[in-house]
Amino acid sequence: MRDVAVIGVGMNKWGELWEKSLRDIFVEAALAAIDDAGVDHLDSMTVGCMTGGLFVGQEHLGSLLADYLGYKNLPATRVESACASGGLAFRTAFIEVASGMSDIVLAGGVEKMTDVSGDGATYALATAADQEYEVFHGATFPGLYALMATAHMQKYGTTREMLSAVAVKNHFNGSMNPFAQYPFKTTREEVEGSVMVASPLRIMDCSPITDGAAAVILTTIDIAKKLGKPIIKIIGSGHATDSIALHSRDDMTTLLSTTVAAEKALKMAGKSIKDINFAEVHDCFTIAEIVVTESLGIFAPGKGGEAAVKGETGLEGSFPINTSGGLKSKGHPVGATGVAQVIEVVKQLRGTAENGRQLKKRPKIGMTQNMGGSGGSTLVHILEVA
Amino acid sequence: MFPARSHREYPHRYRLEAGKCKKCGKIVFPHRLICPVCGHREFEKVTLPDTGKLVTFSVIRVAPSQFVDQAPYAIGIAELTNGVKLLAQITDCDVDKLAVGTEIRIEFRRVQTDGHQGVLSYGYKFVPKWY
Repeated sequence: MRDVAVIGVGMNKWGELWEKSLRDIFVEAALAAIDDAGVDHLDSMTVGCMTGGLFVGQEHLGSLLADYLGYKNLPATRVESACASGGLAFRTAFIEVASGMSDIVLAGGVEKMTDVSGDGATYALATAADQEYEVFHGATFPGLYALMATAHMQKYGTTREMLSAVAVKNHFNGSMNPFAQYPFKTTREEVEGSVMVASPLRIMDCSPITDGAAAVILTTIDIAKKLGKPIIKIIGSGHATDSIALHSRDDMTTLLSTTVAAEKALKMAGKSIKDINFAEVHDCFTIAEIVVTESLGIFAPGKGGEAAVKGETGLEGSFPINTSGGLKSKGHPVGATGVAQVIEVVKQLRGTAENGRQLKKRPKIGMTQNMGGSGGSTLVHILEVA
Repeated sequence: MFPARSHREYPHRYRLEAGKCKKCGKIVFPHRLICPVCGHREFEKVTLPDTGKLVTFSVIRVAPSQFVDQAPYAIGIAELTNGVKLLAQITDCDVDKLAVGTEIRIEFRRVQTDGHQGVLSYGYKFVPKWY
């Protein structure tokens, strides 16, 4: 296997991008990544998109997006693993470069979610859950994470205040991210006064509906050196699945796919979780960040909420989580999220995170955790400054 | 919803039919072709018990279109007396009185309607025993 580096990153300002199409959003981000890397060609491209079919009626995205990027005949692969599609695109590109099949590969992600009504978006997102045994009975995505929250509160005494701490922290971080959809700060009172979606989760516990794309360029260490780019090396990659129906799992207060994917990535990197300086994790709901930080082994089971309240996961904390603002503030265009997490880790490792959210003690190793559905799939990646 | 899609789920939704692995005894609901525990491929047909207790629940206030007329409604995951867990709506109850551990029984109900002229879909729902 060849060593692989990320040498270019690009994304656009996320939000409700009424004036832009799926293809324009993707090409904007891809061009930004190509320009940042300074490469003069691509050998291949992978694109994560959860459901262009349901959101804009468009599949066959690999070819469409390669064409609009100006690369006719490029090998282009669209991959899907629900909300982890972006992370899977990144892993697919990593494997392709590491294997020697291609030298310069673009890994991108895109989702155009506002061309359908709220109900249409709810339907499209719910396809990541078990259609016949969850969605049929009236379960929604906030509902499934609410079931996890209720179980977590029952087992560990996790509180409303702990959920709120995650939202407040991520909006604070996101207020310094020029690409974030909702770069406003919020307070515990605002979170706890917001409308109930699926008890105990309120609207301010939920990540938003977002249009957006993200792209990164992967290549070999040799080519990266020739280009004179800061070298951010991919030292670990882990991928695991679980039953997509929450009720089919033994324990609903932990995410086994995340634990297994992290173990694989750490083993590959030859590191333990204590060696990781910070992480971007999949906070599609506030409870998700708490459960994920426990499932990754950053905090003991049942201690993730307390850690958030104590500021352990803040910019100055012992283990900063979601310095970008996370899905909560930055937005969650599902197929793009996993790639955007990599972008934040690269920026932090380069020391170029904008507007004061750069970690003061310059990190050396960062992690991403990107999750599909209610945890039916997880991608974990570990990146290190070479 | 296309009728065939609904029809093929009738054994599970109407009669709570599950599969019991002939080798290790694992009960799977809905049926599967291979046992997730031991890999055996033969199952005997069994019927799930119709009682259990809630292991978690949530009250849905922002509902999908097929369920808007029912909101707010509760969903939950119940562990049945044989250890099988399944998700369903919790009906006929004051949702504010639900708690983890609430004992439920399974009843056969209309679950959703697919628009004004679509298929009426029936299946199982949970009813708290105190009702």
